[in-house]
Amino acid sequence: MLNTSDILETINMIRQENLDIRTITMGISLFDCVSEDTGRLCQNIYDKITRTARRLVPVGEEIEKQYGIPIVNKRVSVTPISLIGGNISPEGYLKVAHTLDRAAGAIGINFIGGFSALVHKGFTVSAENLISVIPEALSETKLVCSSVNVATTRSGINMDAISRMGEIIKRAAYLSRDSGSIACAKLVVFANVPEDNPFMAGAFHGLGEPEVAINVGVSGPGVIASAVRRAGDCDLSRVAEVIKRTAFKITRVGQLVAAEAAARLGVSFGIVDLSLAPTPAIGDSVAHILEEIGLESCGAHGTTAALAMLNDAVKKGGVMASSHVGGLSGAFIPVSEDAGMIAAVERGSLSIEKLEAMTAVCSVGLDMIAIPGDTDPAIICGIIADEISIGVVNSKTTAVRIIPAYGKMVGESVSFGGLLGSAPVMPVNKWSPARFISRGGRIPAPIQSLKN
Amino acid sequence: MKAVITVTGKDTVGIIALVSTECAANDVNILDISQTVLGEYFAMIMLADVEKLKIPFVEFADRLAELGRAKNLDIHVMHEDIFNSMHRI
Repeated sequence: MLNTSDILETINMIRQENLDIRTITMGISLFDCVSEDTGRLCQNIYDKITRTARRLVPVGEEIEKQYGIPIVNKRVSVTPISLIGGNISPEGYLKVAHTLDRAAGAIGINFIGGFSALVHKGFTVSAENLISVIPEALSETKLVCSSVNVATTRSGINMDAISRMGEIIKRAAYLSRDSGSIACAKLVVFANVPEDNPFMAGAFHGLGEPEVAINVGVSGPGVIASAVRRAGDCDLSRVAEVIKRTAFKITRVGQLVAAEAAARLGVSFGIVDLSLAPTPAIGDSVAHILEEIGLESCGAHGTTAALAMLNDAVKKGGVMASSHVGGLSGAFIPVSEDAGMIAAVERGSLSIEKLEAMTAVCSVGLDMIAIPGDTDPAIICGIIADEISIGVVNSKTTAVRIIPAYGKMVGESVSFGGLLGSAPVMPVNKWSPARFISRGGRIPAPIQSLKN
Repeated sequence: MKAVITVTGKDTVGIIALVSTECAANDVNILDISQTVLGEYFAMIMLADVEKLKIPFVEFADRLAELGRAKNLDIHVMHEDIFNSMHRI
């Protein structure tokens, strides 16, 4: 029989330490929905999503009950819409966004990702048309998420795209000003975007993906924090070992759920995303793990080193636990979604500059950060360019999800509700990068040797 | 398919009877039981064969959880694979 202490450990992880499966995301290809008529395109998209993902939510709930582990989100990602829109107008793209929203509502999921464009080298007419309506699409719909890839290590950074995204983010913030500029929380600007990411808002179903795939994102910051606490005053080799072992256990559950969901839905199993994804709940914070490792407050000098170790140990433990790993894999550091990060910002120990440094060694990037609503678009572009260059030079995914909260100043906070949490408005460096940004063009792809 | 039934809570008379009666009523065969009492605190783990379960698994799990709540006990029924996958390589 199974060992009693193992059983109690698992139950304790789920009941006391907030272990859960953060998301089961079904990736669906929409290439076969293409039509030159916008109405027809929308109908095809609606039919395909509602037909393919019809059983996603019930099957997720079944698995949840059978294994006794909460599956917090069931979601869908689709082929980047700019690739299937063909010659449709900006208004046509807006209709597609509403169609995605309706389809997501009909099958009971809580987000749908893929209102996306890939412009790392330049804009196509379709990409330009889609991007131009992102602010309207995200403020008029509830469940649609959007992402734009503006750079890759192989092609360099499209500064024209970054410049465009500064304006888009500002307009999205303005159009959703009555609900805390929430549209910006559903928009991610990427470098080296992964094609199989199950996490929102950046999920889409990439070009090399099969017709349909199940991707699963695990969570468990609370479990890791407790394990580190129990390890007591040991050295860092031991801390890394404890994190690795715990990450292994967490990821095994993700692998089990992913394989089971794929089998029950009769579709391919894509990947498990080895992520430490926090929630605003107490005891589910990545910042608290760093503090448990020994920092007085997240953001203190030493934070980048502690995070680098945490991120690496999570990957090492997780890789062995899953047959296929992908997505964003690593520790997430979204400010508004992490009680410890919020507290660190409020007590003045964590700044945007430190967060930027942290993203060089962990997953994703500047995530769910609220800044003053009157921030100049050029400054937003500068923040994006800095973050994106970290990803491009280090051959990793980085992203920016920033909210210039309309009408809000430093010291205030903006609340989005649910998993998106609430964010204290953070100060930004006011010196202007406007001339740099207005130059436009592309920053060439970085050299891959002479690594210094 | 095997399930792990865990019962935790304050010790009281008839906990095992409560769970095993519900198991028997639904054709669930109990394969192994281990229990510990730490002071007032009671923890029981039961491995059960649910292959011939008469009602849907989810309903059985809900029913036991409900029975537990009435007696201030925390009862969970979970597929054994979650434990196997987490603790065995």
